[in-house]
Amino acid sequence: MVEPVVAITGLNFSFDGLPILENVDLQIEAGDFLAVLGPNGGGKSTLLKLMLGLLKADSGVIRVLGQSPGEAGGRIGYLPQYTHVSTSFPITVLDAVRMGLVQPGFRGIAGLMRSDGEMDKARKALARVDMLGHANRVLAGLSGGQKQRVFIARALVDEPELLLLDEPTASVDSTGRTSLFKLLVELNTDMTVIMVSHDVSALVSGVKSVACVNRNLHFHQAPELSGDMFKRAYGGEECCPVELVTHGHVPHRVLGLHPEDGGEDS
Amino acid sequence: MDILGFEFMRNALIAGLLASLICGIIGSLVVVNRIVFISGGIAHASYGGVGLAFFLGLPVLPVTTVFTICAALIMARVTLHSRERSDTVIGVIWAAGMALGIILLDFTPGYNVDLMSYLFGSILAVPQSDLWIMGAMACLVLVLVILFYRGFLVMSFDEEFARSRGVPVDFLYFLLITMVGLCVVMIIRVVGLILVIALLTIPPYMAERRTRSLSRMMTLSTLLSILFTVTGLWLSYAVDITSGAAIIAVASVCFFLSLLLPDKRVG
Repeated sequence: MVEPVVAITGLNFSFDGLPILENVDLQIEAGDFLAVLGPNGGGKSTLLKLMLGLLKADSGVIRVLGQSPGEAGGRIGYLPQYTHVSTSFPITVLDAVRMGLVQPGFRGIAGLMRSDGEMDKARKALARVDMLGHANRVLAGLSGGQKQRVFIARALVDEPELLLLDEPTASVDSTGRTSLFKLLVELNTDMTVIMVSHDVSALVSGVKSVACVNRNLHFHQAPELSGDMFKRAYGGEECCPVELVTHGHVPHRVLGLHPEDGGEDS
Repeated sequence: MDILGFEFMRNALIAGLLASLICGIIGSLVVVNRIVFISGGIAHASYGGVGLAFFLGLPVLPVTTVFTICAALIMARVTLHSRERSDTVIGVIWAAGMALGIILLDFTPGYNVDLMSYLFGSILAVPQSDLWIMGAMACLVLVLVILFYRGFLVMSFDEEFARSRGVPVDFLYFLLITMVGLCVVMIIRVVGLILVIALLTIPPYMAERRTRSLSRMMTLSTLLSILFTVTGLWLSYAVDITSGAAIIAVASVCFFLSLLLPDKRVG
């Protein structure tokens, strides 16, 4: 049997005495494309940070790529939330991507970082996100969507086995969003993808499974958004699942009921 | 060039150049890591070390160094995981260090040091021995930053990403804060703690939005510091004003002028 990419059992995490995640179990097989949905503050980003070892769980077991959190750093590509990066940092696009090649531990932080091999890898990653033409520009001069692509290239550059994306579509307009999702589906052919989003529009074709996180985690093998899932993830009847109204065809995001539980649950 | 005929002027110039080099490198890291307030706190808290040295009747430099490094490590520990939310603690250490220094000086019988000379320094009275210490300090900073340049770069740019890659961010952060503490102590006697903060922040701020990489930012900051220091020294000689204040005045005027210029990236 192939070992799951992520295996979480009985995970609990609280912050300042407030429970953020309770009794979470999750198993993700290689090749999956998991969308993690839920309201802001529901614990989605926390879950990613626990997988990365940036936060320590109160109890429970987390295994990522067969290792403990924080040990597999060199095999994971991570896209942090956009807001974490300084806007005036003096760096070119190419150099920013090369940071994704830094290796774990002390041998990774030594030296002045210059090698042709690294430059080639960085250029390849930039080509993949369609940003090669901007390689020598200063990062601060790019638009929000372009920066997001650069950070995805940084996550990709070391050819990770697992891609963790925290709100990849934040600060990206709707056309950019479509091409971004297309890119992620493409990347999914080579690696397992876990994408966190507070936005149900992240539930695009290509997503293979869905986890709804709001203190608890509910895993759904099929990429369907049922009313029940929505209620669990976002809470209450008062919350309307239709987040987009267009002319013409209804956006194909609200899909059929779950056959196994009839869409309703006790 | 008759100005360089005086030994104290030559020493002042060398001290200014060394301070510029140290501040250009460390200051750039301070600015991109957004730890200006922490650095100010360390600089002010070091006054406690000065007071302690006089109170105990021990040599000033070693005692202040140990005291400041301790204050810096406490500061690093407190701010390690929440840099933004720890301003209050930093402010308290900042003030407590200064107050301790002054109280200890009050208790010291007889001779009392002039507070002003620690605020604005006495760059015109730098002895040869201090130049050697500053030179060694500059070499140490240069070697450490070159050795761990890649780590500092990745941490400064995106700490969370660096942690996710398994980069030893905590080690780098403690190292950086310790270097800030060392650098502050070495330079404070020469240029005063107000000038330390000015040199740590003004040139890097101007360089940050005009360069394309951290290493170039460090280089440009150093060059700007040298420009300010040399011009300020010349001005203080020509018009007969306090040297430390003259250097800060030049830096401040250039800073405000630079705000009028567009942020064009050079080299």
